[in-house]
Amino acid sequence: MELLSYVLVLAFSGGEVVQGGPLDVNPGLILWTVVTFIFLLLILKKIAWKPILNSLNERENIIKESLEKAETARKEAELLIADNKVAMRKAEEEAQKIVDQSREYAEKLKGQILDESKLAAKKMVEDATSEIERKNAEAFTKLKDQVAEIAIGAAEKILKENLDKPQQLKLVDKYLDEMNKN
Amino acid sequence: MWFSDPNIVADTAKVAHEAAKKTDTSWIMHHVLDAREIDLTPFGVIHLPQLHLFGMDISITKHVVFMWIAAVVLITIFVKVSKSYKKSLIPKGVSNVTETLILFVRDEIARPNIGKGYEKFLPYLLTVFFFILTCNFLGLLPYGSTATGNISVTATLATISFIVIQAGGMMKNGVFGYLKGLLPHGLPTWLIPIMFIVELLGLFTKPFALAIRLFANMTAGHIVILALLGLIFILHTYVVIPVSIAFALFIFLLEILVALLQAYIFTMLSSLFIGMAYHQEH
Repeated sequence: MELLSYVLVLAFSGGEVVQGGPLDVNPGLILWTVVTFIFLLLILKKIAWKPILNSLNERENIIKESLEKAETARKEAELLIADNKVAMRKAEEEAQKIVDQSREYAEKLKGQILDESKLAAKKMVEDATSEIERKNAEAFTKLKDQVAEIAIGAAEKILKENLDKPQQLKLVDKYLDEMNKN
Repeated sequence: MWFSDPNIVADTAKVAHEAAKKTDTSWIMHHVLDAREIDLTPFGVIHLPQLHLFGMDISITKHVVFMWIAAVVLITIFVKVSKSYKKSLIPKGVSNVTETLILFVRDEIARPNIGKGYEKFLPYLLTVFFFILTCNFLGLLPYGSTATGNISVTATLATISFIVIQAGGMMKNGVFGYLKGLLPHGLPTWLIPIMFIVELLGLFTKPFALAIRLFANMTAGHIVILALLGLIFILHTYVVIPVSIAFALFIFLLEILVALLQAYIFTMLSSLFIGMAYHQEH
């Protein structure tokens, strides 16, 4: 029992706090903490949190809006590109059509010109032929006349003495007729 | 037998009493505890004024001064930051740092924990976060002192948190609606008084835990650093110096982390409790 009392003496003798302990509560400090904190809260709310949070929100909205704008612009551009593509295809088709048409026309023209020139050539050949024939005939007639005159002249010279001219002409014509028939 | 001799016990008790009087830990506590002067050895000591109001001791103490320093630092920084936002919406310099923290508090702490209607509590949460953070960091500076390592300060901050939590819950749900909402649904009638007391106690333990957590974390790191450095003088040898300093440096780096972490945890738990009081349905 004695021992127990000593142990109790030991246990409680050194426990008293000599200086201020870490768990001491100081009412003055509490008051100052409250005052400091409340003032800090009010001042910061006014000068810092409201303007800063507002500008952060504003910036977020701006970013959001610009992203949306960029998205719409992209879509518009895509539409434009698609339109352009369609227009280009159309133009190409048109150009192809024009080329085809002109080619066709050219073909036609070529054919026409060819036909015409063929015809002209044929006509020219025909003309030339008829001309030649005509000239031939003319020459032949002329030759015939000349030959006849020469022959007559010669015959006249030869037969001047014994035959008169009309009888001899009759004789020569008769002879030429026979030659023609042959 | 030794214990049969009462002298031995009396002597031991005397030694213990002497030791307690000498308070061998006083040199550690000198750095951790509040004081009536700011010790700037070797440049001298600033004695702070002692004030009394209605018989209450409201002297300006070291921790009060450091809270004010924290407040002034915060106001200076945020005036600058606020001005820079007026000029352009693109953050520069200090604004980058504060913006990261502000967005962290807003997007990682307030929004997920409180949910809808978190904007109302943002000024409080931001102030508490930056105030605790600055106080924590001031304690890591030379000649600095950690106001958040004082139970009076943390208890007060926790009480303010408690008031904000209850006020938030009561404003949203009405006083009676809020008190009713404390009880889980589908409770047998005879359990209601008991559960009400339990839940009411739960409301008070939350800020109590907040206060103790912040105080203990901020005090413990300092005590560990001081104890590690004190080893040099206790062991009276130079051999221990590199070890002590290496460990103290490690703890100091840890303290930087803890300073950030405790500010985060205090704010996070506050917003969590606000969320629980604000949206009682879950």
